[in-house]
Amino acid sequence: MSQGLTMVVCIKQVPDSAQIRVHPVTNTIMRQGVPTIINPYDLFALEQALALRDQLGGTVTVLTMGPQMAETSLRKAMGHGADRAILLTDRFFAGSDTLATSFALSAAIGKINAETPVDVVFTGKQTIDGDTAQVGPGIARRMGLNQLTYVSAIPAIDKAAGEITAHRRAEGGVQVLKTKLPCLVTMLEGTNELRRGSLPDVLRAERAEITTWNAKDAGIEDVTKCGLKGSPTKVSKVFAPKPRSERAAMIEGADATPAAIAAAAVETLVAADPALPGVITRPSALA
Amino acid sequence: MSETPAKPPARAAKSKELPEHLKAYRHVWVFIELEHGRVHSVSWELLGEARKLADTLKVDVAGVVLGPAGEGTDQAVAEAFHYGADQVYLVEDPLLTNYRTDPFTKALTDLVNTHKPEILMLGASTLGRDLAGALATTLATGLTADCTELAIDGTSRALAATRPTFGGSLLCTIMTLAARPQMATVRPRVMSMPEPDRSRAGPVIRERLDMVEEDIVTKVLDFIPDADTNQAQLAFADIVVAGGLGLQRPENVQLVKDLAEVLGAEYGCSRPLIQKGWMTADRQIGQTGKTIRPRLYIAAGISGAIQHRVGSEGADRILAINTDPNAPIFDFAHHGIVGDALEILPALTEAFRARLAVDRLAG
Repeated sequence: MSQGLTMVVCIKQVPDSAQIRVHPVTNTIMRQGVPTIINPYDLFALEQALALRDQLGGTVTVLTMGPQMAETSLRKAMGHGADRAILLTDRFFAGSDTLATSFALSAAIGKINAETPVDVVFTGKQTIDGDTAQVGPGIARRMGLNQLTYVSAIPAIDKAAGEITAHRRAEGGVQVLKTKLPCLVTMLEGTNELRRGSLPDVLRAERAEITTWNAKDAGIEDVTKCGLKGSPTKVSKVFAPKPRSERAAMIEGADATPAAIAAAAVETLVAADPALPGVITRPSALA
Repeated sequence: MSETPAKPPARAAKSKELPEHLKAYRHVWVFIELEHGRVHSVSWELLGEARKLADTLKVDVAGVVLGPAGEGTDQAVAEAFHYGADQVYLVEDPLLTNYRTDPFTKALTDLVNTHKPEILMLGASTLGRDLAGALATTLATGLTADCTELAIDGTSRALAATRPTFGGSLLCTIMTLAARPQMATVRPRVMSMPEPDRSRAGPVIRERLDMVEEDIVTKVLDFIPDADTNQAQLAFADIVVAGGLGLQRPENVQLVKDLAEVLGAEYGCSRPLIQKGWMTADRQIGQTGKTIRPRLYIAAGISGAIQHRVGSEGADRILAINTDPNAPIFDFAHHGIVGDALEILPALTEAFRARLAVDRLAG
């Protein structure tokens, strides 16, 4: 009866922050030419889903909400082995905050679920452009999925019993949680390494049909819950942070030996923060 | 196509005005993160911030303590007053022993719906973010994550929450005008720790959790403390020492560890060392790794790309060591040493060791 796992991986196309430059004079972001990538955290979610498919069979659908050009990221994900890609795109989605984003994604996942019941929805732990980590929990709450955030490992999953065991990173330790399917998992970084796509997958991805849904296709009737209108948070202003007024003050020792420089550095640091030695509390520091 | 177009002006106004029934929402709340009998320090930092907001609004500050009776709840309540709360909402129930999304969301949702706060703040910890996302969705209200500055907007009386955007290169100020409560999360160590006033006390409002174990699908099978797994506590460390490609060879990671040992510090690295496998991923400092906010950060042989910068520039003080005087890290470090990390690191280790020995004799 069990036909493998039906999994949806939510990804986001983001600007590659490693490539972002701030204009030295105007202190504004130079957006031109900044390449876009799949949110790096989402890759851990994608690999986890692919690994579960290797193990138990099933399908991996990648889903993104974004402009038409987000198709690039979906094709990339298919090149790594995802079975199917869905682009959720509509002008109504523009300006979505986390609440409106989770609303739209939930609608799309609901539609997938109506075709084939979804067992696990995956997301990365957060995005690198928004950094909120709130969309995953939002989807879980809206869809009544059991919520597993910051997951570092899935030691057991049993579709027949409808159960999943996961390791969840918590403050000061790891929680071992057991819950029922369907569930939502946000994957922690560094938990796996995304496989290289096989040649057939890469070729397939290039030609694959990307399913494109607008709000109506996703079954959204009330578009006032989408985009700017559906977002309770309003951005009142965007501004550049104050650049640090000066470059680092260079420390030079009495002579150029490392010992002299290091001694001068310790004096400088303690003078700047007299309480610093008190912060150094570990007994071994005094040995 | 046949849908009646909405009237944009009316809707725009609607989204910016507080509906009448939400005007009763008053006071500033802080979720006190209590786990395994201990309160996360971010909760006290938030109470300090809540005090300032409440004084501007001329309302009260309340702390919310959830947990099983006898496991630190009394202490958490007492300390919440010391750190600035005027009253404390307390839900004690064995179901709140180990954090799980459902009972915590239920407890907090019920408290909010009963007592109606206008602002609710949580720490942007793993627990706080898990809870805040679920709660904001349940309450259908606005949530601004990872705020770095909180203020009250003079005209609307709304919370003006400022946070980094676009990979930390820009800041934006966000307001929730037409929904309540206004929710915000703040990362640990972003706000300063308030001075506790041990003479403060106040009323405790007790509520019960309307839930039984059978209602909760997720079970906690085990908790594996970090001491056993050697997980880096970079995010909360007071002092962090990190190395980058300037370490040149994997065995030189030891130089970073040696200095960290003397300073009682955590150690970490920039992204390339993770890719080379010289350190484990939990020690990566940067946008795709850990954000650190230590009192002192020593970066050795790290060039300081934006990816690393956004994860480390929250440090109170940064000392950078690099052979290249034009390395970008000197643009945001406070102190710089132009030199070879392989020579300077052991010298620093010795210099700190000597300095601490002197302090110990004197003190």
